[in-house]
Amino acid sequence: MSALADGTWVVVGRAVDVPLWEGRRVTVEGRRIAIFRTEDGLHAVSADCPHAAGPLQDGLVADGCVTCPLHGWRFDLRDGERIGGDGESLVVYEVLERDGELLLNVGSA
Amino acid sequence: MSGAAEGILVVGGGIAGQAVCEEVRRRDADVPLTLVCGEAVAPYDRVRLSHLLAGEADAAELALRPDDWYADRRVALALGREVVGLDADAGVARLDDGRELRFAQAALCTGSDPLMPPLPGIDLPGVHAFRTPQDCAAIAAGASNARRAVVIGGGLLGLEAAYGLVQHGVHVTVVHLVDRLMERQLDAAAAALLLPAIEALGVRVLLERETAELRAETDGRVSAVRFADGSEQQADLVVVSMGIRPRVELARAAGLEVARGIVVDDLMRSSHARVVAVGECAEHRGVVHGIVAPIHEQAAVAAEALVGTREAAYTGSIPTAKLKVMGIDLVTAGAAEGARAVVAADERAGTYRKVILDGEGRAAGAILLGDARGHELLIDVVKRGESVEDPLALLAEASAATAADLPDAAQVCNCNGVCKGEILDAVRLDGCASAREVMARTRAGTGCGSCKPTVLDLVALATGSASEEPAYLCPCRQQTREQLAALVRERELSSVSELTAACGAGRDCGACKPGLAYLVSEVAANRHREERHARFINDRVHANIQNDGTFSVVPRIRGGVTTPQELRRIADVAERHEVPMVKITGGQRIDLLGIRKEALPQVWEELGMPSGHAYAKAVRTVKTCVGTDFCRFGLGDAIGVGVELERRMEGLYTPAKVKSAVTGCPRNCAEAYVKDIGLVAIEGGWEIYVGGAAGSRVRRGDLLTTVSTGEEAIEAALTFLQLYREQGEYLERTYDYVERVGMDHVRAAVLDEASGEPVALRERFAIAKAAADPDPWLERRDPVHPKQFAELDTDAQPLTPIDAVLAGPPGAAR
Repeated sequence: MSALADGTWVVVGRAVDVPLWEGRRVTVEGRRIAIFRTEDGLHAVSADCPHAAGPLQDGLVADGCVTCPLHGWRFDLRDGERIGGDGESLVVYEVLERDGELLLNVGSA
Repeated sequence: MSGAAEGILVVGGGIAGQAVCEEVRRRDADVPLTLVCGEAVAPYDRVRLSHLLAGEADAAELALRPDDWYADRRVALALGREVVGLDADAGVARLDDGRELRFAQAALCTGSDPLMPPLPGIDLPGVHAFRTPQDCAAIAAGASNARRAVVIGGGLLGLEAAYGLVQHGVHVTVVHLVDRLMERQLDAAAAALLLPAIEALGVRVLLERETAELRAETDGRVSAVRFADGSEQQADLVVVSMGIRPRVELARAAGLEVARGIVVDDLMRSSHARVVAVGECAEHRGVVHGIVAPIHEQAAVAAEALVGTREAAYTGSIPTAKLKVMGIDLVTAGAAEGARAVVAADERAGTYRKVILDGEGRAAGAILLGDARGHELLIDVVKRGESVEDPLALLAEASAATAADLPDAAQVCNCNGVCKGEILDAVRLDGCASAREVMARTRAGTGCGSCKPTVLDLVALATGSASEEPAYLCPCRQQTREQLAALVRERELSSVSELTAACGAGRDCGACKPGLAYLVSEVAANRHREERHARFINDRVHANIQNDGTFSVVPRIRGGVTTPQELRRIADVAERHEVPMVKITGGQRIDLLGIRKEALPQVWEELGMPSGHAYAKAVRTVKTCVGTDFCRFGLGDAIGVGVELERRMEGLYTPAKVKSAVTGCPRNCAEAYVKDIGLVAIEGGWEIYVGGAAGSRVRRGDLLTTVSTGEEAIEAALTFLQLYREQGEYLERTYDYVERVGMDHVRAAVLDEASGEPVALRERFAIAKAAADPDPWLERRDPVHPKQFAELDTDAQPLTPIDAVLAGPPGAAR
């Protein structure tokens, strides 16, 4: 993970606000980004489903993937790739937890 | 040689004895055939014993054939009798009741005894072998009082015994002599992956422990196991599963050649020409097989020797094994190690797939752990010792193999030794039309049941129809609602994550998590532990998500009957929150559309009305007509009964949404004929219709019954609702449910008071209703999570009492 000092990491909220296997959205510099917690830790991806802009933070999470609540498109949170179909992938951001805060690298995409 | 006048005597009523009878009758319908069974019941399926212990089957289900099979095929049964003496030269067998049976030829299928090492304390009360249904019953009875159990032996059967004991809520420790589990089937790497999977079941494993003594408490019952290194393990129940000892006493006394087992040649003949031996009592080329699959191969060869016309030889079996523990996929065949091997393993996912080759490049073994896809194909390749050019490609091919790709000779059902070709023939030649008929005829899929999905695929392939695949609640793990519900009940699981940990369901694609959440809540009668990650977003925020990510709000308006005050309040809320659309719904409700997630709590607060559950797989609306209140034609009090019906069932979740209606006469203004539950007033009473639909499908409901009062009608409707809640597949609407199970089944369950079932349904309904959350919208005051209704950088609108809202903030111009 890149150094925190490069100026693109921003605090986006409290770590406890993202429960296990759920997601929450944050808007940074006009970009809507969904942050999820899985058994592997935190993941951050662009929040709007490329299909019909469904709110991915509201999707079901399992096996490191999220399923859009609107029409069921499914994406791997680790690389943003869509599972089982063509279509645009998600933008993946670096995210980490420090001192109870969520840090997002908005320059990492 | 063929059977002489006195015919064939089969000694031993296990799977081997049964197999010999079946193979003989397949070749000769007339030769006199007698089966002597030491146990008082006809042959049963020993392979499924662990299911008995785990409570997944009862003893009667284990019968290999119904009693009339023996009568129909003129197989004489001597049940509960032992052969105590055999004179092969004279062709006479003596039974323990003194009777003598004459035979031209005999088949010894005496099986084996569990190996009970001569340890101090091995005979103590509380120490059991794991072999017969009686053992299982004794173990199960002991488990109900036991706190700690020790299973001695970490082989296949020992692990299945441990799994069975865990189902009884006992702390189980498996002790094993060597340094890895199932060392006869697994290499070190696979055993290392199996260990945590076994431990995840709640089983403790102690490796490299040699049992030295079983110690007793003062009451004389076993209390501890002491090991050779001096350490001890407390135990009030001990199960010994260390292997088998062939039963050869009869053969030895008869003067037959006996080594470890009864020595047989490639025709399965013992040292006496009149006598063959089959199964675990037989030793062929120095090997005693302790598993089921070789029995069928041996029995076929032995039957040829007894009554056959063609040369057949048994040249040995490739051992295969399948661990029958829910949630752990493990299949092995042949050798665990060899001259060359390739492995595809994913440590994180816990999968390990290995193909072993011999020095000439022929397939010699396979291990599939955590992912047993294509095992039929790999077992077939190993059994035939095929040359394998590219083992990695073979593994990949097996992963993608469907039933259609299997060669006809591939064994699909290892318990009963049934090949793909036999299953196809049952359809094509014998005219079987359904999986049920094929399974009854071939017995494929009736053993441990693990091959059933493949059998169903093959039947679909042969009949050209769609597969009768069971409706899996978790398709990734091929687990049905019934299987999962049994697991939830047995282990008293109270949450989705416990269920996932127990068997893997919900771990893969996650699409079944809402279904699992419903299952857990239904089985636990709403006293489950609620986990919002398993719920669809609608059930996390109790509103229906719209195409723009906003939500719709539908308050409960029972029976569609409202008041001017309520309408005024709804209108005020809609204005204050600038609700983009207010819509009257098809279910006689008012829908406020386009509300942001953050505004939901405050909208509910201002409405001051309970949730209408319009977003959930739950009891929705009861639509009514004005009935006798105002209508000139009304025959019954549609509004009174409708409002009461809604009150009595609101708040309950269901497999899929349940729309209802109560209408005051057969003119059907409330459309009750096309609802999941519809009540129609007629002259002198009420009709109850179920399974109606007016969605993408239009279906008139089936008349369940006719009763005389509104209260009786409500009772019948609620009894049906509970039946559907318990038996409906997730997302299966009532109209599909009633077609699947049939109205006869529904009427019997709901109306046959003499059976006790309707009373039981009503009791379970009452318990579930009492524990149901009547109004999830109250979470506005007590959210399950600080950000339940908000994002990371937003907050839910603070709750402001309606009076303060009307007054407005100090100084604000409204």
